[in-house]
Amino acid sequence: MNNVILSGRHLKTTISAEQIKTLKKASRRENLGRSWYKFSRNPMSVVGLVMVVSLILIAIFAPFVAPYPKHAGPFTDFHNAKIPPGLRYFFGTDVIGRDVLSRIIFGLRSSLLMGVVVLALVVPPGVMLGLVAGYFQDTWIDTVIMRITDIFLAVPPLILALAVASVLKPNLWNGMLAVSLMWWPWYTRLVYGRAVALRNEYYVSAAEVTGASTAHILFREILPNTLSPILTKMSIDIAWVIIIGSMLSFVGLGVQPPEPSLGTMIADGSRYLPDQWWIAVFPALAIVLIVLGFNLMGDGVRDMFGAEAS
Amino acid sequence: MTDILTVTDLKKYFVVGRSSWPKRESITVKAVDGISFTMREGETLGLVGESGSGKSTVAYITVGMYSPTSGSLKFRDQDLFQADGKRPIRLKKDIQIVYQDPGSSLNPRRTIKDILKMPLQLHQPGKNRLEQIVYLLDIVDMPPEYMYKYPYMLSGGEKQIVAVARALATDPSLIILDEPTSALDVSVQAKTINLLLRLQQEFQLTYLFITHDLSLMRNVASRVAIMYLGKICEIAETADFFQKPLHPYTQMLLSSIPVISEEEEAFKPKKVISTGEIPSPVNIPSGCSFTTRCPFVMAVCREIDPAMVEAGPGHKVRCHLFTQPKPATVEGPG
Amino acid sequence: MNEASPLLEIKDLTVQFSVYAGKLQVLDGVDFYMYPGEKVGLVGETGCGKTTTMKAILRVLPSPPAIISRGDIFFDGQDVLRMNEEDLSRVRGRGISMIFQDPTAALNPVFSIGEQFGYVIKYSAPPGKSLTKQEIHLRAVNALQEVALADPERLLRSYPIQLSGGMRQRVCIGMALATNPTLLIADEPGTSLDVTIQDQVLRLLRTLVEEKNTSVILITHTLGIVREMTDRVYVMYAGDIVEMAVTKNLFANPLHPYTQGLISTVPRLTGGGIASGIPGRIPNYLTPPPGCRFHPRCPHIMDICRTEKPPTYRVNDDHDVACFLFQTENRA
Repeated sequence: MNNVILSGRHLKTTISAEQIKTLKKASRRENLGRSWYKFSRNPMSVVGLVMVVSLILIAIFAPFVAPYPKHAGPFTDFHNAKIPPGLRYFFGTDVIGRDVLSRIIFGLRSSLLMGVVVLALVVPPGVMLGLVAGYFQDTWIDTVIMRITDIFLAVPPLILALAVASVLKPNLWNGMLAVSLMWWPWYTRLVYGRAVALRNEYYVSAAEVTGASTAHILFREILPNTLSPILTKMSIDIAWVIIIGSMLSFVGLGVQPPEPSLGTMIADGSRYLPDQWWIAVFPALAIVLIVLGFNLMGDGVRDMFGAEAS
Repeated sequence: MTDILTVTDLKKYFVVGRSSWPKRESITVKAVDGISFTMREGETLGLVGESGSGKSTVAYITVGMYSPTSGSLKFRDQDLFQADGKRPIRLKKDIQIVYQDPGSSLNPRRTIKDILKMPLQLHQPGKNRLEQIVYLLDIVDMPPEYMYKYPYMLSGGEKQIVAVARALATDPSLIILDEPTSALDVSVQAKTINLLLRLQQEFQLTYLFITHDLSLMRNVASRVAIMYLGKICEIAETADFFQKPLHPYTQMLLSSIPVISEEEEAFKPKKVISTGEIPSPVNIPSGCSFTTRCPFVMAVCREIDPAMVEAGPGHKVRCHLFTQPKPATVEGPG
Repeated sequence: MNEASPLLEIKDLTVQFSVYAGKLQVLDGVDFYMYPGEKVGLVGETGCGKTTTMKAILRVLPSPPAIISRGDIFFDGQDVLRMNEEDLSRVRGRGISMIFQDPTAALNPVFSIGEQFGYVIKYSAPPGKSLTKQEIHLRAVNALQEVALADPERLLRSYPIQLSGGMRQRVCIGMALATNPTLLIADEPGTSLDVTIQDQVLRLLRTLVEEKNTSVILITHTLGIVREMTDRVYVMYAGDIVEMAVTKNLFANPLHPYTQGLISTVPRLTGGGIASGIPGRIPNYLTPPPGCRFHPRCPHIMDICRTEKPPTYRVNDDHDVACFLFQTENRA
């Protein structure tokens, strides 16, 4: 029995370690270029990307971008309360004299933070459970995982979030926890469907018959093929998490005053509609912009993973 | 020559559901319904059949994707299927498979390098994986630059070559080729087959070659077996199989092939023209499964399923036209 | 051959596809013609452009990314590429019918066979004449009987998933011929079927087409099928027509080196081993080779082949080759 690899035959072509490194770099660059090409086919995706990046930058540099950063904390100035939008206060001031624009910028911070943290908490376990349940379809593992998932999905999401948030101390972190608990099952379900379909692919069988470990099959064969819907969902989810988070703070759970939160601002400002419309409308517009930006970007992410033309 | 694979009375039934009220019986697909054959080391055994024949199921059982419902498979006298249904890892490396569809046998999200690294890591000693991959690619005449490409960047023929390289990576003795060139253009097929034949010589491989293309089979296999609805109808050395086809289904299949020369046209059997549909494997006719389409059907055919008999040296057929008083008892190459 | 005017004429068809890295030159000046009643084959390997050519005739190329940059297509004397939508839909429904490679994909799984038949028959009726339900039903039953399917009434109530592959393909053939098209385009009609079933279906197709005197374009990469089913053949390579001949002559005397190579790689039922194949691979459509697109792989390459594209030469009556080996002959 000749050992194929160690048989010592002469190679027809030779390639040095250096050349391999150059190849690797070149192919990385080409892959990035290709991904960008697919992403940017639709100009609206690029618009979305620009919006999202701008929002993230504004949130990170909030103390430097906001015209009145102190207004985001405990601050009152009743002389300058209820001023309509103008040159001095671009979006006007609220009932206790705080600059609406600055508060929106800081509120953006907590909204985006919530989006990122919740997804970081939710996606890894959700995806893992979906992969395992899908690959072991029709065994007890599948049944246990998916029935638990079903239970969580059966509870109306907002109610679950409210229930959890009201039991715990109301603050940003507990708000995030509450939202996380209702969010993970969606990823499990999404990945479950894909994993069930993919486990019958020939390349999975090829790995199985060669003796690959279950971990290899789950994470290196199946998972990369489920990334497309996962990442697309994530980019749109950030927007949804922010909305849910705003709903929580609207009802008084989640971020507490005087910390600004888009939801609380809308809640407080809604009492002063339509006369001091700017107090509620601008935060609402901010949410619209965030959601729009992420949705447009999400379209591009989906295109990026699209099939290659043959 | 030693026997590398011995298959004895292999059966694989799939339960696919239940019939409607009120009977509620299980519906079973008898994908493989009692086949026996052996393979000699170094030969190429061809397995021919159409949809429902069970040829792919045989392949999948041999490579370990399914376990048999009954019957035995021995690889060099070791049972492939242990009591717990699992196969020891050293046997996993000895038998490999190349699948039919190059588009789905390679993971589209992994580079060629990663695809080849996996079997190497599992079965080959040494740590110089990159070197080993370059080596593997060289063996199949593929330039090392292909390492970082993704499958979608390769043509169908190239993908199949990568699949062959992946099979070779574990240093196997037996490779099952499940319609390896059916999805490829004919000029690419020639190249791929030539590569496979060269590799067989160089590494003393045994091939189980599955295809529906009898013209290809004629030029590749040393022995041919033809299957219909889960059973072998005829098995013979290649020359014999084509020059003296005995089973009516073999003749029907041979007469249906589109050929490109007058010479081949004259060679095709004329007596049996294809008629009728292939029955669903859920509903196999009683007696001999070919009765619905056989031009030579007799009363006995509908009642008794014929046994395999030896009709010539190394030439076995399962048909009442050839039933002799004593059917062959030894299921071997003869 | 030159009695009437051609049924279909394609002149200098040039098609490009826009992709990430640039423009793929998919078709490079394709010329094609056929007369009523002919059965013409279009042979080539994957990616040579045969399906693109056919899609261009029906104007179903996705555009973008496809661009028809040059060329004309005339069907029954009408300029297809410049027609308006209304005229075009009449051509598509009644003038030209198509059968696809995979009958499972061509039939809608959620509608019964009867519904799909009804749709096809209804929308292909001549303008101003609408058919009653009974008339449509009768036509459907007739069509199914013509394709040798038993129990047409029950079949019309069935769904595609209840039928076997061969039956589905027969249904597609029935649907395509039910509208009495002038031209039938069959794209790899037997490839997804088992060999014995393929034989039956192709024999049926041949009988029907001869009965109705339908003109047929048969697209395939299987040379054996071309030999059995066609009168005349076009051979395509990398977006060019390289040879055209009466079928018998093409196999008896292939002229273009590619055709010769192609025929040599087909394994023979009578034995003889496996040929070595054609060296090289099909060209990159982004930067196709200059001159003759086959020159990097040609065993008879000359200097001129590298720089200039060979025109089509007429070697015999009805045997054209696009190869400089024949430059002493007349142009076609």
